[in-house]
Amino acid sequence: MAGMKQRAIDIYNWFEQRLGLGTVAIQAAEHQVPSSTSSWWYVFGSAATVILVLQVVTGILLALVYAPTAGHAWSSLEFLDHNVRLGWYLRAMHGWGSDFMVAIVLLHLAQVFLFGAYKFPRELTWIIGVFLLLLTLGMAFTGQVLRFDQDAYWGLGIGASILSRVPFVGGALVDLMLGGPIIAGPTLSRFFALHVFVIPGILLALVGLHLWMVLRLGINEWPMPGRLVNKKTYVQQYHQLTEKTGIAFVPDAAWKDAVFAAAILLAIMACAFWFGPFGPTGQPDPTIIQTAPKPDFAFLWIYAVLAYLPPGLETPVLFIAPVLIIGSMLLLPLLSGEGEKHWSRRPVAVLMVALIAVTLGAFTRLATYAPWSPVMNAWTSDAIPVADLKDRAPLEREGAIVLQNMQCRNCHSIGGAGGMRGPALDSVASRMTEDQIIRQVLQGGGNMPAYGNALNPAETTALVHFLLTLRGGNLSPAIDASRTMVLTSEPSPSSAPHNAPTSGAP
Amino acid sequence: MNPSEPLSAGDQSTLTKPAAHPASAGHSRRVFLFKLSLLLNGAVGMILAVPIVGYLLGPALNKRTRDDSWINLGSVSGFAEGETRLVNFRNPVTTPWDGQTGDIPCWVRRIAGNNFQVFAINCAHLGCPVRWFAQSKLFLCPCHGGAYYEDGSRASGPPERGLFEYAHKISSGSLMICAGKMPTLAAGNCARPGNQPLTQIEASSEPGVNSWPA
Repeated sequence: MAGMKQRAIDIYNWFEQRLGLGTVAIQAAEHQVPSSTSSWWYVFGSAATVILVLQVVTGILLALVYAPTAGHAWSSLEFLDHNVRLGWYLRAMHGWGSDFMVAIVLLHLAQVFLFGAYKFPRELTWIIGVFLLLLTLGMAFTGQVLRFDQDAYWGLGIGASILSRVPFVGGALVDLMLGGPIIAGPTLSRFFALHVFVIPGILLALVGLHLWMVLRLGINEWPMPGRLVNKKTYVQQYHQLTEKTGIAFVPDAAWKDAVFAAAILLAIMACAFWFGPFGPTGQPDPTIIQTAPKPDFAFLWIYAVLAYLPPGLETPVLFIAPVLIIGSMLLLPLLSGEGEKHWSRRPVAVLMVALIAVTLGAFTRLATYAPWSPVMNAWTSDAIPVADLKDRAPLEREGAIVLQNMQCRNCHSIGGAGGMRGPALDSVASRMTEDQIIRQVLQGGGNMPAYGNALNPAETTALVHFLLTLRGGNLSPAIDASRTMVLTSEPSPSSAPHNAPTSGAP
Repeated sequence: MNPSEPLSAGDQSTLTKPAAHPASAGHSRRVFLFKLSLLLNGAVGMILAVPIVGYLLGPALNKRTRDDSWINLGSVSGFAEGETRLVNFRNPVTTPWDGQTGDIPCWVRRIAGNNFQVFAINCAHLGCPVRWFAQSKLFLCPCHGGAYYEDGSRASGPPERGLFEYAHKISSGSLMICAGKMPTLAAGNCARPGNQPLTQIEASSEPGVNSWPA
């Protein structure tokens, strides 16, 4: 036994003499860190790295089967899901790993921001971190494209449409992105190259740099209120703190990282097992237009923002907002490299994180049911509630048929079923008078198309009569107050000239 | 790294020996040669960059006119007057591995006689596929709710302009359209002389002009 051990040591020494890496690695692992950093708040960075490794491994395994051509990518995914043993599970892990990766990277970002870790001397670590976030999102987007289904196809169309709005070079950028005149084989090939070679290469290199700087500059100490960062004294203070309270990173602090990483890996495996792989949705055939494309989870908020921006603001916001957001993130450590680190003395920072989190969360939540999207089949699939048809005159029922046939339900709900693009019609007659409804139907306006060309007078009359019965149970119908004024003022001819300017308006 | 190890210590000493005489006559010559080699590599790198950059920018440098060509959508009699229907065509520029992505749909509206309009499938907002509803005479987009009237003009929603239209002509009884490139705000179309981009924007947020004959 002792001989075996000696033999193992000899082999190690043979390699170590030639490589010289073991000593360096052990020194790096055992480097002293302030004991306050052995915290469950400091585990996100290492977890992101572990997920990155998982993504690389599962990605390579998927590449063993995946066919990166527009004609076969989709069917190779179906083949992976159904014909390759555990192919579905590898796809699921890669997909869920991607979602977890984005989430953990965002958590890491928020933690580092709230702990003031971007301040001197770790400014560059933060700046590289911002690029790592962008690259992570780039991986998520290009990965979604490689799942070459309907969502991917039309998602590329959305990307091309956004690029086409860039002034002057928009057309050239679209050509570069698509690799040809349309979304087709060359498009998928270049996204494959981006997802598999270009972005991971840069990502791994920058992760190496990021880690190197963490080792070189030391992990950010646990901030204390009132302990300000000063460029002249910080490094010395940090070294004193490390000498006084230092513990070896491995094993004294790293066990928490290891436990958290294991928990995250288990969570990814569990999600993959229970919820399975993402898609692929329908095949990437543009002639199948019965589809409502949606981006993946990480980009749902952008989908919502694009729906809510006023048309005139969209192009400027699309190109100015990212520059401002990314620019301010990159400049943050350079402009605010000193001073207070503790969150309790940085209320604006805390409020910003809360506001951004709530905003992203709200937009993501909205995008899961997309109230701005018409429900394209509501007009044939959602019936008018029986209560709205009971004891109605034939003309009113005819109006209900017009309402269904004219696809009104695609945007307007009745009885909770139908689109949410326009207001629900359950109590429309308690809000609008007959005249107002007629005007709205025929002329449209306020985000509703005009139906004057689509409806004949008989249909309009029937439709309006049906709409006038929709009073949300039994609310009183809307009345035109000015009209009663006109009617009551009519008997007195002497007052008519005085009233004319005000009552004549409607 | 570890000076106690004989191998690395030996390496260290042999490597540092020449540097011990930096002022020697050969030094300045070697520094000069090194700088010259950097210059040489810079020049080679620049020459090397030409084909690489040219290859990368290739898709953007292609002549636009090469992408568009006239495509036969079938006999005029195949389209009922006053109706709008979906027609698929094979894109004129494809690769053998494009699969289904090379099939492009478009909406053909035959107003009357030889009077046609051919609309792109892509919403003018962000390129999602618009669907025609014959009853309400509207094109609706499933993504963000863009709506267009039967003549392709903007009805409501986020699009800033009407649907993209393909240039078309009737040639010996067949409907031909000029297509080949994904329609976007920046894409030229052979209908527009001089590859004029389609960037003009309907500023009005009101329904399109010919939507409602008041």
